[in-house]
Amino acid sequence: MTSRKLLLPALVAILVLYAVPQLMLLSLAGTGSVWGRLLDPLYASIFWRSFLMALGTTLATLLVGFPVAWALVRAVPPRFRGTFLLLVTLPLWTSVLVKLYAWVFLLRTGGLLSQLLAWFGSESPSLLYTTTAVAIGQLYVELPYMILPIYASLERIDPSLIDAAHDLGAGPLTTLRRVVIPIASPGIVAGCVLVFVPALGSVLVPDLLGGAKTAWIGTLITSQFGTARDPVFGSAIAFTLSILTLGAFLIFGRFLARAQE
Amino acid sequence: MARGSLSVQSVSKAFGVVTVLDEVSLEVRPGEFVTLLGPSGCGKTTLLRLSAGLEEVDSGRISISGIDVTGMKAHQRPVHTVFQNYALFPHLSVFENVAFGLRIKDRPEEEVRTRVARALAAVHLEGFAARTPAEISGGQGQRVALARALVLEPDILLLDEPLAALDAQLRSAMRSELVLLQRSLGTTFVMVTHDLEEAIECSSRIAVMQAGRIAQYAPPEEIFERPASTYVARLVGMENIFEGREVQEAGGRVRLDLGFTRIDEPAGRPVGATRVGLHGEHVVVKAEGDGVRGTVREARYLGETKRYEIEVGDRTVVANTPPQTPFRTGDRVSLEIAASSWVWLPE
Repeated sequence: MTSRKLLLPALVAILVLYAVPQLMLLSLAGTGSVWGRLLDPLYASIFWRSFLMALGTTLATLLVGFPVAWALVRAVPPRFRGTFLLLVTLPLWTSVLVKLYAWVFLLRTGGLLSQLLAWFGSESPSLLYTTTAVAIGQLYVELPYMILPIYASLERIDPSLIDAAHDLGAGPLTTLRRVVIPIASPGIVAGCVLVFVPALGSVLVPDLLGGAKTAWIGTLITSQFGTARDPVFGSAIAFTLSILTLGAFLIFGRFLARAQE
Repeated sequence: MARGSLSVQSVSKAFGVVTVLDEVSLEVRPGEFVTLLGPSGCGKTTLLRLSAGLEEVDSGRISISGIDVTGMKAHQRPVHTVFQNYALFPHLSVFENVAFGLRIKDRPEEEVRTRVARALAAVHLEGFAARTPAEISGGQGQRVALARALVLEPDILLLDEPLAALDAQLRSAMRSELVLLQRSLGTTFVMVTHDLEEAIECSSRIAVMQAGRIAQYAPPEEIFERPASTYVARLVGMENIFEGREVQEAGGRVRLDLGFTRIDEPAGRPVGATRVGLHGEHVVVKAEGDGVRGTVREARYLGETKRYEIEVGDRTVVANTPPQTPFRTGDRVSLEIAASSWVWLPE
């Protein structure tokens, strides 16, 4: 019951805020030959690349975000938690644009990170306008959206459940696997949804840190509405993206439900 | 030492600047049902959690079944705990909750089934295996918690206020069930409680705790009848506690003068003790005649007993009598108190 409740805000946002724009996109795209162009291998590869990047972003934020949330709940005394949560959400107070320009300075040739890499003897000190830069940017931008729902679900776990697991013979890892993660799974799923969906269609990060060198779904759609002046095709791609995302999550959701049984 | 013994040797524990346990020592024999009794904050739960390995001792040693477990983590110790709020895993069915420890030990499926079924039968929950913790009552949850710990056949079962969350009727039923279960299994039980009645009914010995120390460790009858200190006397509901004055009588005999009566000094009288206690049950109230005389200030019918507050000189003596005694407020009465009923209290 509680798992559904926790997911409800995300579901409502996805369904209600997507349904209307979706129909508009569909009507704009019409029923013409535009759909056939999507089958071009070029676009399929862009879709695939973007999908892998979003998946990677989701996994990376999960791998970083879960331990952070866990440490917040278990290691930080309650009276300091507010401060730590504030630090986690601090990046959200600034425009993404500003944060990404900051990253441009960090990643560009002669920037702090490339200097560090050069110091360690790396061959190519410029990170800016590479897929790595896009990946770093994605991780940075999406991380708070992973930490917050996981933190919320971990915080609700009664500490005596963890005591009980230890008491019944479960070591720290077994306790994590058999008690903590299953109980926190609604928060984990919510975090994955909140990260995966925006990451799949992200525009600013690939544009600013990737230098628009490689095409991603988000940049492709933007360009159709902008420079390419082909809103019909843009609508078709955008609609397809939404449907694929929805499909992916239906499959993921069923997979998760089965794993929980 | 045999399986099921617990030995706590001068264990201390502090949380920050607060000392919760101060050099506590406690020996529990195999098969005993020992209760740690005391008000909240006396350190009883901490002592239980230290025994379970859920907290680490600051100093001192803990042995279980003759093996030093001081450095062992909770999941390595041969003890299991019934938690106060039961701590049932909400994402698992009743069956899987009970099976939890067996699954961690990777027992074969068939063994898990038999043992879980047997444990659920022992706590009368045969038909509830498929339910989730949200779908059972508090009393049933408590039984699941018991089954979950007992299915692993611990050397010692630790119980942290196991009955506190139940309503009065269920509590007394569960209490006797707990005693029967302990007797039939022969497992050592160590239970934390703040409920005197619970401690008296369940335990073979009670450790009364006071501010991080054990004030008295003795069988229930001794704790109740011969409390070792004023603190214990108050805890066991001793209504009459009087400060006396030592007087030397003719012939050199020292007695304690309470104003309305004088008490002989017993052989084992604690040095310097001038305080005595008396249970209201040991005061016999009669129509005015010989002996200590007084006036009934308050008479209250309590069902199983009748309680009188009787003014005797400048003192008030509380008497618990059978309910049919006929006295009323204002009546003149006489009190009979057997000399052996007085308990000398050192502090």
